[in-house]
Amino acid sequence: MGWAVYLAGKFGAVFTESCRTAGSVFILLGDTLRSMVQYRIRWDQLWEQMYFIGIRSQVVVLTTGAFTGAVFAAQVWFQFKRFGMESAIGPTVSIAMCRELGPVLCCLLLAGRVGAAMAAELSSMKITEQVDALRALGVYPTEYLIVPRFLALVISAPILTGLALVTGIGCGYFVAVKIFGVDGAYYWDNTIKFTDSKDVVIALIKSFIFAVIIAAIACHKGMNCPPGTAGVGKTTTEAVVNASLALLIVNFFLTVLLNALLYSN
Amino acid sequence: MIQLKEIWKSMGGQEVLRGVNLRLGPAERVVVIGRSGCGKSVMLRVIMGLLQPEAGEVFFEGKKLTGLSEEEWNPYRRKIGMLFQGSALFDSLTVFDNLAFPLREQGEKSDAVLRDKVAEALKIVSLSGTEEKMPAELSGGMKKRAALARAIISRPDIMLYDEPTTGLDPIVADSINRLILHLGKMLGMASIVVTHDMVSARMVGERISYLHEGKIYFEGTPEQVDRCEDPLVRDFVRGHAEGIGITG
Ligand SMILES: Nc1ncnc2c1ncn2[C@@H]1O[C@H](COP(=O)(O)OP(=O)(O)OP(=O)(O)O)[C@@H](O)[C@H]1O
Ligand SMILES: [Mg+2]
Repeated sequence: MGWAVYLAGKFGAVFTESCRTAGSVFILLGDTLRSMVQYRIRWDQLWEQMYFIGIRSQVVVLTTGAFTGAVFAAQVWFQFKRFGMESAIGPTVSIAMCRELGPVLCCLLLAGRVGAAMAAELSSMKITEQVDALRALGVYPTEYLIVPRFLALVISAPILTGLALVTGIGCGYFVAVKIFGVDGAYYWDNTIKFTDSKDVVIALIKSFIFAVIIAAIACHKGMNCPPGTAGVGKTTTEAVVNASLALLIVNFFLTVLLNALLYSN
Repeated sequence: MIQLKEIWKSMGGQEVLRGVNLRLGPAERVVVIGRSGCGKSVMLRVIMGLLQPEAGEVFFEGKKLTGLSEEEWNPYRRKIGMLFQGSALFDSLTVFDNLAFPLREQGEKSDAVLRDKVAEALKIVSLSGTEEKMPAELSGGMKKRAALARAIISRPDIMLYDEPTTGLDPIVADSINRLILHLGKMLGMASIVVTHDMVSARMVGERISYLHEGKIYFEGTPEQVDRCEDPLVRDFVRGHAEGIGITG
C-alpha cells in the first residue's frame, strides 16, 4: 500500500511541476505576443534570425524531407506491390508526407537545431549577465531577444516544411518510378488526384503550431537557466527534449482536431 | 537622488541584505566597501531594479520604484548607468556596437554622431581603435573598460560602478578613478562605487559605507573611516593596506 501512495505522490509532484512550467511557458508566450504589437519590430534582429533559421536550416530540412519521402515510397512499394496496388503509392506517400511526416520530422529537426541554439544562446546570455545588462540599459528582454526569434521561427517553419514536402514527394516519385519501375504518369496522376489542398493546409498549420511550441519552450528554458556553465548544457538538452515531446503529444491532439474541423462534413 | 529604505533581500535561501539604508544625494559619490560575498553586487542590482527586494523601498528622485513592473522601470534605468562586475558586454556585438547600443536605444541614428561619440568614449578609457574587435578578443581589464565606456556613453545622471578597478593595472586603475572623479565633478554625475580597493575608495569617495552582515555597519568620510577604531572596519581597511589581497 505504501508504495502506491509513494508513487501517487511522486506522480502528483511531477504533474503539478509540469503544469506550473506549462503555465509559465504560456505566460511567456502571451508576453511575447503582447510585446510584438506593443513595440516596434526590430527588423535587423529579425533578419539575422531569419537567416540563421530559414536559410541555414535548409540543408538539414531538405535532407530530412528527401530521405523520408524516399524510404517511405520504398516501404509502401514493398507492401503494395503484393496486392498489385502500385497505383496507390503516389497518393499514399504524398498524403503521409503532408499530414504527418513532413511537419513532424521537419519540426523535430528544427527543435534539435534551432531550439537548441536558442536555448543555448539565451541561457549563456543569462548567466554572463548580458540579459541583466540589457535590462539595465532599459531594454525589455522579451522584446529584444524573444520576439525576433519567435517570429523568425514561426515564419520559417511552414516554409521549410513546404520545401521538405516538395523534396519528399519528389524523392518518393524518383524511388518508385525510376528505381522500382512504377508507371510514372499513372503515379503522378494519382498523386495529384488524391492529394487534397487540405492536406497541404494541415502540413502548414501543424508546422506553424510546432514552431510556436519550439520557440516558446526553448526561449522559456533559456531565460530561466540556472546559474553556472552546467546550467547551459542542461537547459539546452531539456529544451530540445521537452520541445520534441510536447510537439509529438500536441501532434496527436492536433491531428484529431484538424480532422474534425476540416473533414466535418 | 537615490534612497534605499530598509532593504531586505535573500538569495538562494540566504538572507543577504537585512535592512540596508543608503542615501545618495545629487552629484554625490558614495563608496561601498565590504567583504567579498557580503551583498554589494546584490545591492546594486536592487537599486537598478534587476532584483526585487522582499521588503523595503527604493526611491529615485522622490519617486518610489519598488513595486513597479519590469517595463515601468525602464525609463528610470535609462537615467542610471551600471558597470557590471563581470563587464556583461554583448558578446555577439563588436565593441563599437556595444557602445553604440545605448545611444541607438535612445534614438540616435546618425552614423557620424555614433562614430564620434564611441571614439570619444573609447578614448576616455584608453581603448581607442578597438571599435571593430569582438568582446572575446579583449582582455579582462579591457572588457571592464569597454563596459565602463558603454555605461557612461549616454551620460546618465547616476552611475553605479561594481568594482571598476578590480583586475586593472595600477596606472589604468588610477585613470579610472580620475574618470569617476571627473564625471562627478565636471558633469555632476552622482555615483555609487563598490570596491575592495581602499586606494580607490579614498580617492573617489566623499562618503564611505561599510556593508557588513546585510547592513550598513559604518558610514563616514574617508578620514573618519581611517580614524575609525571599530575592529571590523579597521581590519578591513588595514587588511588591504598590508597587502592581503581581497579581490572579487
Ligand atoms: N544568483 C544567486 N543565487 C544564489 N545566491 C546568490 C546569487 N547571487 C548572489 N548570491 C549570494 O549572495 C551573496 C552576495 O553576493 P554578491 O554578489 O552581492 O557579493 P559581493 O558583495 O558583490 O561580493 P564580491 O565582492 O565578491 O563581488 C553571496 O553570498 C552569494 O552567494
Ligand atoms: Mg560583487
